[in-house]
Amino acid sequence: MLAMPFSLRAAVKEVQDISFLTARVFISAFRRPYYVRDIVVQMESIGVGSSPVVMLTGFFTGAVLTLQSANTLERFGATGQTGYAVGVSLVRELGPVIGSLMVAGRCGSGMASELGSMLVTEQVNAMRALGTDPIKKLVVPRVIATTIMMPILTIAADAVGILGGLAVSTLMLRISSNQYLGSAFDGLENIDIFGGLLKPLVFGTIIALVGCHCGLRTYGGTQGVGRSTTQAVVNASVLILLFDFLLSRVILNYT
Amino acid sequence: MNGAILELRNVVKAYGDHEVLGGVSFSVRRGETKIIIGASGSGKSTILKLVMGLEKPDEGQILIGGEDTTGLKEREMVRIRQRMGMVFQESALFDSLTVRENVAYRLSELGTDEEEIEQRVRKSLGFVGLEDAIDKTPSELSGGMKRRVALARALIGEPEIMLYDEPTAGLDPVTSRKINELIIALRDINNVTGVFVTHRIRDAFTLASQYAQNGDGKVTFRREGQDLCIANTRFLLLRDGKTIFEGPDEVLRRSEDPYIKRFLS
Repeated sequence: MLAMPFSLRAAVKEVQDISFLTARVFISAFRRPYYVRDIVVQMESIGVGSSPVVMLTGFFTGAVLTLQSANTLERFGATGQTGYAVGVSLVRELGPVIGSLMVAGRCGSGMASELGSMLVTEQVNAMRALGTDPIKKLVVPRVIATTIMMPILTIAADAVGILGGLAVSTLMLRISSNQYLGSAFDGLENIDIFGGLLKPLVFGTIIALVGCHCGLRTYGGTQGVGRSTTQAVVNASVLILLFDFLLSRVILNYT
Repeated sequence: MNGAILELRNVVKAYGDHEVLGGVSFSVRRGETKIIIGASGSGKSTILKLVMGLEKPDEGQILIGGEDTTGLKEREMVRIRQRMGMVFQESALFDSLTVRENVAYRLSELGTDEEEIEQRVRKSLGFVGLEDAIDKTPSELSGGMKRRVALARALIGEPEIMLYDEPTAGLDPVTSRKINELIIALRDINNVTGVFVTHRIRDAFTLASQYAQNGDGKVTFRREGQDLCIANTRFLLLRDGKTIFEGPDEVLRRSEDPYIKRFLS
């Protein structure tokens, strides 16, 4: 058998491990006991806790996108289409991607460090010794909560982003609010909204799975916790961008 | 082996190329406490993790109550683990939960009635003398108190077998004595089978030479006389993952093996 380079072998192992974890999470989600309270706690922590940073990011993304789009469209005499460009870009791409990257930085890292700390202090083993499956108790609620909350956060980011664009277009570019909002909403099709909600659903699952996976394979004490946290953010961010490309490719076929 | 509630048969465990246990066999009878001693890295804690099913052996068998648990899946191990309790080296209390929630954890998971949980939590904390700390969080407790809460948490399910992973490591002599007395009381009053892992020889001989008596509702601790052997305790000494001694403390003390003499000195 050909010897694989170490990095390739590690990458294959990583994909294998995360696939196993995904399968275990999926099976565990349908088996008793259901930790509903833990899901609600995580939904609050991820959803409510992340909303300020996601909305702030959305606002400034919408604002800067409006500035750049208007500048480009002006060369073609199409400044009136600024709302269209901003609305479509935000709902299709920037809302889901930037919102997810923010949540990956805030919550994915938090999951990795929390679970990693529990692992190195033997709390995960204690949980198993007390008859609890850590996948059911720790991973499933985080995956369900992130998967549910990510589309909601994205809707909020999109809405605030369009408002950010509205503020720039009316106050700085002298485009009327009717013209901006009219072109923004007229340009949106059902497939854009569907795609804009499907993406954060997938990204939310990725963030939680990667965060928990990195946390639960922590080794090497507190230094290891730091390493897992960094890996969780990097891996989740790369996967979000990769899946964004793949999903965009598929969704554009239906446009 | 007759009367054995716990038995290890030729258990081998390696992490990568490093063999931690090289064919360990022993059995523990009901009500007995097996004290496993050895230098750091000799495989003591690994034995407890294997017994609890937190790790799987590479070879050999582990029997609990006569049932071979070696090939059981994680879900099937839950039933076996309900017969056991474990005190971890660093307590391993859930730091996001209060003392009450930590101790009640197993019962809450089983869906036990709230009233019964409260009653049993208080009883368990009463046994370790920490009823007053019920509403505290682990960060508010001292090292010794954490170990006692961990003991109370392990005891709430009324286990047949208790596994102690260096429960006195890093504690002062007074607190260590308190923990040892609780373990002796569990052995002699409650007839709980135990596996006690330590590298502190003094604690090991305390367990082997003292016994508890329950008179008029008050537990008293006495030391064995020269010719009196009451404490239901046997030693297992590990060296590099292999058993080099198994037997009672009297025989261990008289051993002429140079390594054992050096280890005990």
